[in-house]
Amino acid sequence: MEDTAVAVHPEKKQMNNLKRGLTAIYVIWLREFKRFWRDAPRRIGSFVQPLVYLFLLGTGLQAAFKVFGGGQTDYVTFMFPGIVAMTVLFTSVFSAISILWDREFGFLKEVLVSPVPRSSVALGKIVGGATTAFLQGLVLLALAFLPNFFGFSLSTFGKCLALMPVILLLSLGMTSLGVAIAANMKSFEGFPIVMNFILLPLFFLSGAMFPLQGLPKWMDVLTKLNPLTYGVDLIRGIALKGVDIGGMMNPLQGLSRDVVSKIPPEVITALKNSMPVSSEFKAQAFPVWLDVLVLLGFSTVMLAIAIWQFSRQE
Amino acid sequence: MDNSSIVEVEELVKKFENTTAVDGVSFEVKRGETFGFLGPNGAGKTTTINMLCTLLKPTSGRASVNGYDVSARKNEVRESIGLVFQDPSLDDRLTALENLEFHTYIYHVPKDIRGRRISEVLNMVGLSNRADDMVNTYSGGMKRRLEIARGLLHYPKVLFLDEPTIGLDPQTRNYIWDYITDLKKREEITIFLTTHYMEEAEHCDRIAIIDDGKIITLDTPEELKNGVGGDVIRLKTEDDGKAYEILQGEYPGIEIIREPECLCFKKEKGEDFIPNFIRNFPVRINSIALRRPTLDDVFLNLTGREIRDEGADSLSGLRQMRDLGKRKK
Repeated sequence: MEDTAVAVHPEKKQMNNLKRGLTAIYVIWLREFKRFWRDAPRRIGSFVQPLVYLFLLGTGLQAAFKVFGGGQTDYVTFMFPGIVAMTVLFTSVFSAISILWDREFGFLKEVLVSPVPRSSVALGKIVGGATTAFLQGLVLLALAFLPNFFGFSLSTFGKCLALMPVILLLSLGMTSLGVAIAANMKSFEGFPIVMNFILLPLFFLSGAMFPLQGLPKWMDVLTKLNPLTYGVDLIRGIALKGVDIGGMMNPLQGLSRDVVSKIPPEVITALKNSMPVSSEFKAQAFPVWLDVLVLLGFSTVMLAIAIWQFSRQE
Repeated sequence: MDNSSIVEVEELVKKFENTTAVDGVSFEVKRGETFGFLGPNGAGKTTTINMLCTLLKPTSGRASVNGYDVSARKNEVRESIGLVFQDPSLDDRLTALENLEFHTYIYHVPKDIRGRRISEVLNMVGLSNRADDMVNTYSGGMKRRLEIARGLLHYPKVLFLDEPTIGLDPQTRNYIWDYITDLKKREEITIFLTTHYMEEAEHCDRIAIIDDGKIITLDTPEELKNGVGGDVIRLKTEDDGKAYEILQGEYPGIEIIREPECLCFKKEKGEDFIPNFIRNFPVRINSIALRRPTLDDVFLNLTGREIRDEGADSLSGLRQMRDLGKRKK
């Protein structure tokens, strides 16, 4: 007994700190993941909810557009990338509630009193939450292969691959936001209220549910200030690349490519200008580099804030 | 075993907004001893432990554990100690084994000894056959035992037990103490515990009695009880009147109370006194009884209150209500 005790402490203490930090992140991540995986209702529920939004709300709104004269817009397809973004946003942010559960049930004490740096604990929580959000994003993404969306093709596969890092980055940023707020809260009933207060405006102003076009000036400014706008823009840009979801104002709607190519360009321009609203739907409103830059910046800043806020608590 | 101190506390103070929970506490815990903090609820026991464990920052004063200052060398202190909190701190959605594995990771127990150490501590608390069960299927006593096992995993130098048997039934409480006693035999470890049960404090090598944030006395349980003024002896004889006179003549300075059926007096080290007394006492003795003073007598003597008197109980009741309220908020 005595000789092992000696072996554990003085000698092995030289084990470098980075390795220890990473071990801690890994084991905290592992615990989060195990808890998520064992909770079947949570797993299934969080997958079903976005489907409800997509198929019930999406189909309903699409019908509404027809009633109001919207024509051929494929709203469900438009909404699909938005729903992927929504799922990632909400799952990420609310995963941080585990910090409050751990506080309530005492497990947080076990972690906080251990010789693990607080930053590792925060990172473990963030990576853990982001993993669950990422996985749910992936499950939804798999729907893209359905024939009513993009169909089973190499291009769909490529899109999914391209979307993975975007979803992961967004998950990390949003989980960090959740952790930063959870670190400052003592009661876990208050968390959803505060989170919804912050998250709903961010969500509605992000363009996940409707295109950010033709909005009043004040709202347009707000959407441009919202970092999530750029994340959603990137997701939709990638997902809807080369997909025609039909613009309600497109005068060439329904014409085949052969026919369109025979019409002189001046005529097309004239036709478009003659329509009541001249703007055409754009899947991606901002350049890709700007989207990527804002998303990277947002996630990095949120990560730093989360670690700082979590380490601050006594 | 050397006799140096492993915990050193000097004039430790913790003030919260408008109360002073710990008010200038000083003591030392020797390597290898079982040291107890005895006192009513709200006396400052947990606050002291939390400062020693680096969970709370002292307002003033100095404390060190295993030679490391609790404010300046937090990580070294954390590596040196094992902890069993007053409130449960297990993840009950994981199995016992998973809880222990988690602990070995965050306390950097080297890979090659993890498995062996885990089965060792599980054995020690008699939970080996339940290792793969979810903790939420455990009883209160089993959870407590698992927490003790977990606190030992990383070979701590000091094991802190904050009210280790609170909320458990007397039988389970005895089991827990069997495990702790057994543990003392197997591992070279110092135990620091808090309790408000007097019977429990009896297990300690030394006890500090704490009230209202201050240590009012510190000694071995034996010495503390001797300090009360001796054991209580009740004597019944053929002729109490005559016996009374002889006692007064032979032992001046002892207060003898004449009760209707017997004589009552206090005598230090009563167990040594009785055999000689019986041999030599001229009046025929019908019966003689000796009652050891309890730690409650010690507390009563020093504060004029009992440890579990009305005040303390209603206060702890209030505290529970407040905690419930907090949970509901």
